[in-house]
Amino acid sequence: MMRVTVEIPSALRRFTEGAAKIECEGANLPSILQDLGAKHPAITQHLRDESGKVRQFINIYINDEDVRFLGGDAYQFRDGDQVLIVPSIAGG
Amino acid sequence: MSSSTCTSPAEATPTTSLHFELRCRECGKRSANAPRSFCEECFSPVEVVYDLDRVRRTFTPENIAQRPTNMWRYSELLPVAEGYKSTLPVGFTPLVTARKLGTALGLDHLYVKNDAVCFPTLSFKDRVVAVALAAAKRFGLETVGCSSTGNLANAVAAQAAREGLKAWVFIPADLEPAKVLGTRVYGANVVRIKGNYDQVNRLCSQITEKLPWGFVNVNLRPYYAEGSKTVGYEIAEQLGWRLPDNVVVPMAGGSLIGKIQKAFAELCVLGLVEPKPVKFFGAQATGCSPISKAVKDGQETFQPQKPSTIVRSLAIGNPADGFYAIRGIRDSGGWAEDVSDVETIAGIRLLAETEGIFTETAGGVTTAVTRKLVEQGKIQPEETTVVCITGNGLKTLDALADEAFEDVVIEPKLAEFEACLEEASVAV
Repeated sequence: MMRVTVEIPSALRRFTEGAAKIECEGANLPSILQDLGAKHPAITQHLRDESGKVRQFINIYINDEDVRFLGGDAYQFRDGDQVLIVPSIAGG
Repeated sequence: MSSSTCTSPAEATPTTSLHFELRCRECGKRSANAPRSFCEECFSPVEVVYDLDRVRRTFTPENIAQRPTNMWRYSELLPVAEGYKSTLPVGFTPLVTARKLGTALGLDHLYVKNDAVCFPTLSFKDRVVAVALAAAKRFGLETVGCSSTGNLANAVAAQAAREGLKAWVFIPADLEPAKVLGTRVYGANVVRIKGNYDQVNRLCSQITEKLPWGFVNVNLRPYYAEGSKTVGYEIAEQLGWRLPDNVVVPMAGGSLIGKIQKAFAELCVLGLVEPKPVKFFGAQATGCSPISKAVKDGQETFQPQKPSTIVRSLAIGNPADGFYAIRGIRDSGGWAEDVSDVETIAGIRLLAETEGIFTETAGGVTTAVTRKLVEQGKIQPEETTVVCITGNGLKTLDALADEAFEDVVIEPKLAEFEACLEEASVAV
């Protein structure tokens, strides 16, 4: 299991007792998000839809790269990876 | 098909002193007006909805005809307080009857909506910024900013200067020089980011969380985007309060298509136009075509791309409104296409040589895509088609630097000129 840091956007910090960064463990994105949900259960429904997928309008970056360019759920995390959650509704 | 054109837009409840409020586009949760772009429950975008019954009382063709010819003539359907007076006459750009371009493309009723001459900075971004800065002032924000591929940077810098707001503009470091200079000149703080637009945009989202600034296309985005609707109102009014059959729209973030559709829907509900199907066609550069690829592949959403194109103003690989643009195109019965950089340059030259309109690369894309759609039979000759030209060619002169234009250099002597004519086989 890899240890990574997940940065929480301010809109979601009400579900993490105000914490901006959460240490999580997992091998891939689903398991990292599962660990995040285990630590802060209320966040899960805001991050993932009914089918368990990351919500349509949330972007996730790993070490500054969009996870979709890294293979998405198949990306294998390494120790120390930085995970950034950003609402996608911006720009244009 | 085309059912969405006149689908009733969501309406605001008439309980606030303002006649508009925010509503989540997915879960429908309503929220008070505030600098925010997404629903805090489901992270989906929020948009502005209006109390249309209140609007209906004054929003009539007769009243509108009495008002100044700028975008504020439609202010009841913009998120500004009743009686809001802007000092900037933005919008109401020409809807040009494009007979020669129509002949070249094989279209009998072609119009160009020419935002290459929008006031004050020569792109349709002037419209959205005008509305965003009105919101910024209403929220008491003293500093505004944006992530930009160029045109938005120009518009924010210019209008912030006039409104007395501080401006911070974030752009990719390798943006066209004219667009960088055309931002600096207004005194804005320009930050050039070593990365593509999507990286600039992500940074701006992070900055928005830290600073009490109004980023026009981040936390002010719901208000900002409403300015795009004025393109739709103007098209309808300039056609004599009727809707066209087809609209061809360039796509970067993907917002403009949905906002023109929203404008048409509002006009239908308010009875200013006869409801009818309107097909929407999206145009992208092949080197950055996440939306057109999704439409052509029959996908409901897009896969992000790393842009590689000279069309910098459309180079958004992760378009915020891509999902809605795909849906809006598909539901309207329209289509999306993309063209190469070579075709883009040909499109710029075709529009210039037929209609005397010099557009930037995005307009070259839109023109070239229109040609492609006609060749594919997706736009029919007898239909009324509007092509949206959103920016000015003087901003992307470098795109034409390698074009072979046949200039003649001679001494100031009549004989040399006559020889020149003879060589060109021109009868005098």
